[in-house]
Amino acid sequence: MVVGLESWTLARPELFLAAATLLLLIYGVVRGEVATPFVSVATSIVLLATAVLLFAPYREGTAFASLFIVDRLTTTMKALVLVGAAVAVLMSRAYFEQVKAWRFEYPLLVALATLGMMLMISANDLMALYVGLELQSLALYVIAAFQRDSLRSTEAGVKYFVLGSVASGMLLFGASLIYGFCGGTAFVQISRALLDGKAAEFGVIVGLVFVVAGLAFKVSAVPFHMWTPDVYEGAPTPVTALFAVAPKIAAISLMVSVLMGPFKPLFLQWQQIIVAASVLSMALGAFAALRQQNIKRLMAYSSIGNVGYVLLGLASGSEKGIQAIVFYLAIYLAMTLGVFATILMMKRRGTMVENVSDLAGLAKSQPMMAFAMLLFMFSMAGIPPLAGFWGKLYIFIAAVEAKLFIPAVLGVLASVVASYYYLRIVKVMYFDEETETLDRTPFGVNRAVAFAAAVLVTVFSLAPQPLSLIAAAAAKGLFP
Amino acid sequence: MTIGLGHYLTVASVLFTLGILGIFLNRKNVIVILMCVELMLLAVNINLVAFSIFEGNVVGQVFAMLVLTVAAAEAAIGLAILVVYFRNRGTIAVEDINTMKG
Repeated sequence: MVVGLESWTLARPELFLAAATLLLLIYGVVRGEVATPFVSVATSIVLLATAVLLFAPYREGTAFASLFIVDRLTTTMKALVLVGAAVAVLMSRAYFEQVKAWRFEYPLLVALATLGMMLMISANDLMALYVGLELQSLALYVIAAFQRDSLRSTEAGVKYFVLGSVASGMLLFGASLIYGFCGGTAFVQISRALLDGKAAEFGVIVGLVFVVAGLAFKVSAVPFHMWTPDVYEGAPTPVTALFAVAPKIAAISLMVSVLMGPFKPLFLQWQQIIVAASVLSMALGAFAALRQQNIKRLMAYSSIGNVGYVLLGLASGSEKGIQAIVFYLAIYLAMTLGVFATILMMKRRGTMVENVSDLAGLAKSQPMMAFAMLLFMFSMAGIPPLAGFWGKLYIFIAAVEAKLFIPAVLGVLASVVASYYYLRIVKVMYFDEETETLDRTPFGVNRAVAFAAAVLVTVFSLAPQPLSLIAAAAAKGLFP
Repeated sequence: MTIGLGHYLTVASVLFTLGILGIFLNRKNVIVILMCVELMLLAVNINLVAFSIFEGNVVGQVFAMLVLTVAAAEAAIGLAILVVYFRNRGTIAVEDINTMKG
């Protein structure tokens, strides 16, 4: 435990990331466009170095007048976010070079967004939460529209911006009500006020609903999901890959630490909301994806469905449930990065293609890539012995132990429906006649990421224990 | 009649609702949406400052300062994204933002 004047050292990873990003920004501005390759690689290294700093040495406690908290859960979540962001930056080069948007601002904006995510994961006060969330969101609005001569990319930026700021507004309105009725913005104060009998006050409940709505938007849970498909489809593919992992993990972590932290006394109230959002997300993720042709849009619905499963873990409100969330997110990170690395390799005569039908006959022309995609799809569908199965298993066990029988059954059914569209991709790759082959990708980052993710997803079943222990240790922090 | 906390909260809720309705009912122009977002944030500020005064703690006013700052950054970024969108599309009418559907 670190206390007193030393406490700012808890924020060392964040301070390091901020300073390194600003230095790289200066370097980029001075050198101009030629600096792009260096800045891009350096940003990935900085992000990974930040992840190392989280554990060397690992300490916990609160800092900055308890605006900022570090414990096992936040550290684990930050590590996932940093790895996701670093890989997403590495994967972006080929795509942006091809669309002539290879600029040094992109990796730096990702680094700033990641800094925002780390701050919001570590937030221990409504103010810190808001500032972290906005630092993340503002950077993400810009990178959604990063391919600025593309109509679809800029449209994705406009949509994300408008709906994102509405969500921030709702969250803020809720935060103001909670501040007013609990008499403070610190999580400790809120929790104390709720235990002292403020919980029954109408204003607190209204505030809680607004805050949950704002957070549900950020994790794209139904009924606040409507931006997801359009933004995922329109944004440049490396940006979609980033959106599917880093901000999602960060927002879920924030949701967990807000609901399981200060609002624990209102568990019965928010549990109903979360169960409803979870079931609806799982159902929409399964059914709406059935008729999608665009693979990025399909992945958007798939991610909505995945958030549904994560929320089921949260709704169980138990230590097991939180452990299942951390476990699920780590597996989801590997699978999703693998899928997007494969999508980034889908090129025909030098241009990117993104329809499911473009994968036809891939098994004959590029058996390795097709096999990797097959593994990811089976894993996403939750077919044992691949990693995705374990994630779902942990979630459902937690839900059943919390007596959420009906949502768990509905979740299993939604997962069956969802496996249809995952298996359809496999069918297209292995059994459809190919029209024209996709280009072979020279060896590079994307192939390496797809290969590494495929190996992880496959061999995971041999040793699920370490990840399970890490997740259990992370969950323990919330249940002293 | 003295003006109490309830009155301030009522004004703020009305402004906030107007902001939300303005975003969802408006079919004309994206700039109007940006104005509605600002309206929502200002409603929040009224809430924060009113609570801060009536409860006698200064946290709400600090929070309001942060909200003001972030709102300015948000407006700048929103307008910048709108400008690049306008260059590609040639219009910023809300009903024309429909390239992607389904």
